[in-house]
Amino acid sequence: MLHNLARLARYRGLIQSLVARELKARYRGSVLGFFWSFINPLLLLLIYTFVFTVVLPGIHPKEIEPYALFMFCGILPWTWFSSSLLEASNVLIAGGNLIKKVLFPAEVLPIVTVLSNMVHFLLGLPILAAFLVYYRAPLQWSELVWFPVVVLVQLVLTTGLALVLSALTVHFRDIKDILANVVTFWFFATPIIYPMTLAPGIGRALLNLNPVTHLAISYQEILFYQGSFGHWKWLLALGVVSVGVFLAGYFVFDRLRDSFAEEV
Amino acid sequence: MAPQSAIEVSHVTKYYRRYSQRRQFSTLKSALLSRTVVRNLAPDQSFLALSDVSFSVPAGATYGVIGRNGSGKSTALKVVAGITKPNAGTVRVNGRVSALIELGAGFHPEISGRENVFINGIMLGLSKREVSKRFDEIVEFAELRDFIDAPVKTYSSGMYMRLGFAVAIHVDPDVLLVDEVLAVGDQGFTHKCLDKFAEFRRRGKTILLVTHSLDLVERFCDEALWLDAGTARVSGDPRRVVGEYLTAVERGEERQLAATNARALEAAGRAAGPAGGPGADVPPPGTQGPRDGFQAPAGRWGSREVEITGVRLIGGDDHASHLFHTGAPVTIRIDVRAAAPVDDFAFGIAIFNAEGVCCYGTNTAIEELTSDRFQGAGSVSFVVESLDLTEGTYTLDVAAHRRDGYPYDYHRQLHTFQVRSRTKDVGIYRPRHRWEFSPEIRLRPSAP
Repeated sequence: MLHNLARLARYRGLIQSLVARELKARYRGSVLGFFWSFINPLLLLLIYTFVFTVVLPGIHPKEIEPYALFMFCGILPWTWFSSSLLEASNVLIAGGNLIKKVLFPAEVLPIVTVLSNMVHFLLGLPILAAFLVYYRAPLQWSELVWFPVVVLVQLVLTTGLALVLSALTVHFRDIKDILANVVTFWFFATPIIYPMTLAPGIGRALLNLNPVTHLAISYQEILFYQGSFGHWKWLLALGVVSVGVFLAGYFVFDRLRDSFAEEV
Repeated sequence: MAPQSAIEVSHVTKYYRRYSQRRQFSTLKSALLSRTVVRNLAPDQSFLALSDVSFSVPAGATYGVIGRNGSGKSTALKVVAGITKPNAGTVRVNGRVSALIELGAGFHPEISGRENVFINGIMLGLSKREVSKRFDEIVEFAELRDFIDAPVKTYSSGMYMRLGFAVAIHVDPDVLLVDEVLAVGDQGFTHKCLDKFAEFRRRGKTILLVTHSLDLVERFCDEALWLDAGTARVSGDPRRVVGEYLTAVERGEERQLAATNARALEAAGRAAGPAGGPGADVPPPGTQGPRDGFQAPAGRWGSREVEITGVRLIGGDDHASHLFHTGAPVTIRIDVRAAAPVDDFAFGIAIFNAEGVCCYGTNTAIEELTSDRFQGAGSVSFVVESLDLTEGTYTLDVAAHRRDGYPYDYHRQLHTFQVRSRTKDVGIYRPRHRWEFSPEIRLRPSAP
């Protein structure tokens, strides 16, 4: 396993060009092309702003005003997380041709999925940044330092989960459908559309068990709330857990690797 | 070069899981219920694709693998390529491998040929710089200069394959694995591929070729292996391997033809009812002559005053067979029996090709052999010195009838035989011939 893991570094070039291909192919043929990566989150933000300031004003506590922006801080990374997992669960089956007919390192496929979704996430950030500049005092430098750390933790965690899911789905096709429902539930079990402070005692304890909670809170504290980043202990702990998840995910993937060519 | 082998396959066994089994689970629920997430392969749940197969390919050799469909050829190739792992045994390959199993397997339809060349090259183990260096050569080889910036989805299947082949071949592997991909593109491109293989050989690269083109194996390969139902049957000199393979294939077909003929005869016998007076299958009056019978469907009819009890095709070796080579002697032996004496009788045969065209038909009356008397059991032989038919499947009509055509026993297309030929000439008749050339026209001596 460690040997294979070390080999992963050699596939840098391959991963890079596959991510580029993924992004190019995604917008090939559309008039606006890459701009969709900006426009999609922008439209999403406008819709939420409209709904929560015009249609349903005042249903949320004052502290998370402007609410659309608060939500956006959570939804952007959540979209990265959830679409990575949903796509990863199908990626080996969709890429069956490669696995069956070419000597191809299969783990590259889920990794490419996570990375190309990360690029979409990163492309959405300028929109978020523009609104942040408009609504709040500029970010402090310590917050700027912490931001890439959160992204990195999320990357490691998502990759680990994507590896497990992609490998298991080859054997159990049900996972695709189960996952779609789990992700919806997971979304509401994460403080994205509501602040953590609204959760009651027992609920809060449960939310704390959800790893994505700490990512969401970290993003919110860094981007949305003024003041220093207080959630860093949780974040670092999650970082350790994520590395564990990644290693476990890679282990499972590696164990099932030989079966892919026959099962996809 | 050190006399080492490029590919070393020893005692490789490979199972595939059977999916028709009811006990197999394919859902998470059933896996959880049966508590065996890791499935074990009991013999009755698996299909043995390769069974204790060993072979080694010396570096620089071209090695052909032949066999029927499903004999494990492609599995062997995949095992060598490292795409699937064997359940037992070891595979060792020295040097960079490129597998031409499915051409253009990694192409993405939406992006241009140019980008696909790069990504495919990188997938096959080249660096970006290496691909750039070979890019022009690849495009040149694929003959796609004008289309290289168009999305691959707009390519014709031939263009797609050509590009896939061009990339794979330019990876410059030490060991090239080829699975029946020469059937891509037009004649010109096929020649180009063969030239490329020849160049590979000259440069001392190793080629493992899985193919149904026996001709290619004989011409190209230094050694060959015949896989039969997952086991290695014969290996060694390509001519010998191909010869033995062909013999076995013919034997198999022979068995099948014999079974088919037996079934046809039995079915016709049942339909015609008990031997005796004209059965229900007698065609309407006026269509009783064998010439009109040529239009009739397969079957058997007649009054059975003279009964055909057996029809055998006998080859040059005096054995009954259903498979003959062009130019070989054949005897059609018809066993007949007449319970009561008859004085008006004639025997006929007709040969039809697969399209139903009558290649030849005759009878003793046409040939003015006048009947006198026959009673008891006897046999009639139609002796052909040289079966000058082209390759194909033929059916045979045999009949015993009166000279005016009234059928005693008419077998319509109940007997099938095959003709094999090393030359792929066409038509329905192969006149005995030779070619002659005036001295100005020189030919290369043909291969021994």
